[in-house]
Amino acid sequence: MFSLSKNMFPILFKNYPRKVSLKDYISVLTLECQKLYSNKVDEKFALNHEDFGRPLYFDAQATTPVDPRVLDAMLPYLVSYHGNPHSRTHAYGWESESAVEKAREQVAQLIGADPKEIIFTSGATESNNISIKGVARFYAPRKKHIVTTQIEHKCVLDSCRALEGEGFKVTYLPVEQNGIIKLNELENALTPETSLVSIMTINNEIGVKQPIADIGAICKSKKVFFHTDAAQAVGKIPIDVNKMNIDLMSISGHKVYGPKGIGALYIRRRPRVRIEPIQSGGGQERGMRSGTVPTPLAVGLGAACEIADREMAYDHAWMEKLSQRFLDKINSKLSHVIRNGDPKESYPGCVNLSFAFVEGESLLMALKDVALSSGSACTSASLEPSYVLRAIGTDEDLAHSSIRFGLGRFTTVEEVDYTAEKTIRHVERLREMSPLWEMVQEGVDIKTIQWSQH
Amino acid sequence: MSSGVTKSQILSLYKQLMRESQKFPNYNFRSYALRRVRDAFKEAKNVTDPKLAVKEFNYAKENLDIIKRQVLIGEMYRTEKLVIENVR
Repeated sequence: MFSLSKNMFPILFKNYPRKVSLKDYISVLTLECQKLYSNKVDEKFALNHEDFGRPLYFDAQATTPVDPRVLDAMLPYLVSYHGNPHSRTHAYGWESESAVEKAREQVAQLIGADPKEIIFTSGATESNNISIKGVARFYAPRKKHIVTTQIEHKCVLDSCRALEGEGFKVTYLPVEQNGIIKLNELENALTPETSLVSIMTINNEIGVKQPIADIGAICKSKKVFFHTDAAQAVGKIPIDVNKMNIDLMSISGHKVYGPKGIGALYIRRRPRVRIEPIQSGGGQERGMRSGTVPTPLAVGLGAACEIADREMAYDHAWMEKLSQRFLDKINSKLSHVIRNGDPKESYPGCVNLSFAFVEGESLLMALKDVALSSGSACTSASLEPSYVLRAIGTDEDLAHSSIRFGLGRFTTVEEVDYTAEKTIRHVERLREMSPLWEMVQEGVDIKTIQWSQH
Repeated sequence: MSSGVTKSQILSLYKQLMRESQKFPNYNFRSYALRRVRDAFKEAKNVTDPKLAVKEFNYAKENLDIIKRQVLIGEMYRTEKLVIENVR
């Protein structure tokens, strides 16, 4: 209070010389006092959102916007050509069928497959279910073992859990600190009983790229089918199912700037991979996925794949430029920032950072001008730290302070700068409030503290 | 780019593409379209094969039509501006 009143006097004497009555003097003093006091707090701790408008989109791993070129390809099939692609008796059916077949070729082209090896599904979740349950159940009489990893997407882990209930044995491979599996551990896990290995190409939370070609080679030599969930990878990094020895691959439409509600499954014909279909019905998609193929969505997926094929190098260079710029900005201003996942062997469009001594949820709240997530969208409702971060051995406190920045084709340099600047400001603000941060600044090693139990 | 397409044709198409791209109401689509058109023309500057030049020219023309249609659709379903557009 003493220092405050000392600061007050020059202001008061400048503005209100001698003539001021005592009553006025007191009211002015309290007013100025409040202003000074609140300003001081404001700068440090207050959340003042002076900006208005829709938040910036930084969650490209959850979903991506539909590319205008994709929408343009889809619209005719929503407006004019409504035929059922499986109607063989009239022109309405034929035009839809040829559109679907063209889309199948476009998808196949992107991954170096034959169009006959592509089946349309409702999304990567369904593709994963068909691959894992379908293969496991078909080969169940002879083989009852499946190998996967601890950092797979929920739908893969859940499918495996379901199979465990049916009497299958499942091995969940651990990953190293950088998020990548050890190849010799995979090799040791394979037994003559193993029917399928399922390992995702790019992780949705930490963006880590697995050595798919090496895994494919191991699986081929041991004669085990290899499934990969490539929802985050297709259209972003080059994939060739033959060169990488992939037997089954899941593709999602809305992660490649296509529409939601469509996906594809690549399923090898030579040597033939056989599956037990999950959905019974009219026997569409070679009996593997019954149900009418949604023509506009399939056309959209096809167009998205063709654009991705054409733009892959351009988009990837842009991702690298943006993520490098973002990381440089963050690292130049903030210390104690940890990047989760391997810095080299990962997709640059997915930057998962842990800001030590900051609670992730409060940072997300503070950054309300930016659409961000602490992990996958499926688990974003819970406050629990993600199982992926736990699998790579992240400390509990760091796992709680992680945020995923997802960059995409339509992200701009200005957006990256804005987000980096906001992040820096709010991390500094939140750390300023944290007693732990204060202790670290004083040189106390937090890990050595014995917290008393109450 | 000797035969097939003339330099003035290319320049005119470039200007049209940039003008139309500028009309995207969506900030992200607009920025991408402008950046992509500029970079694509820069990239194709060294194309000497007349056949390839015609192919690229036609691809650009197709995209001009797409942009025109998508700008219209974007205008029909306008949203609130992004926070970054209000800053400047």
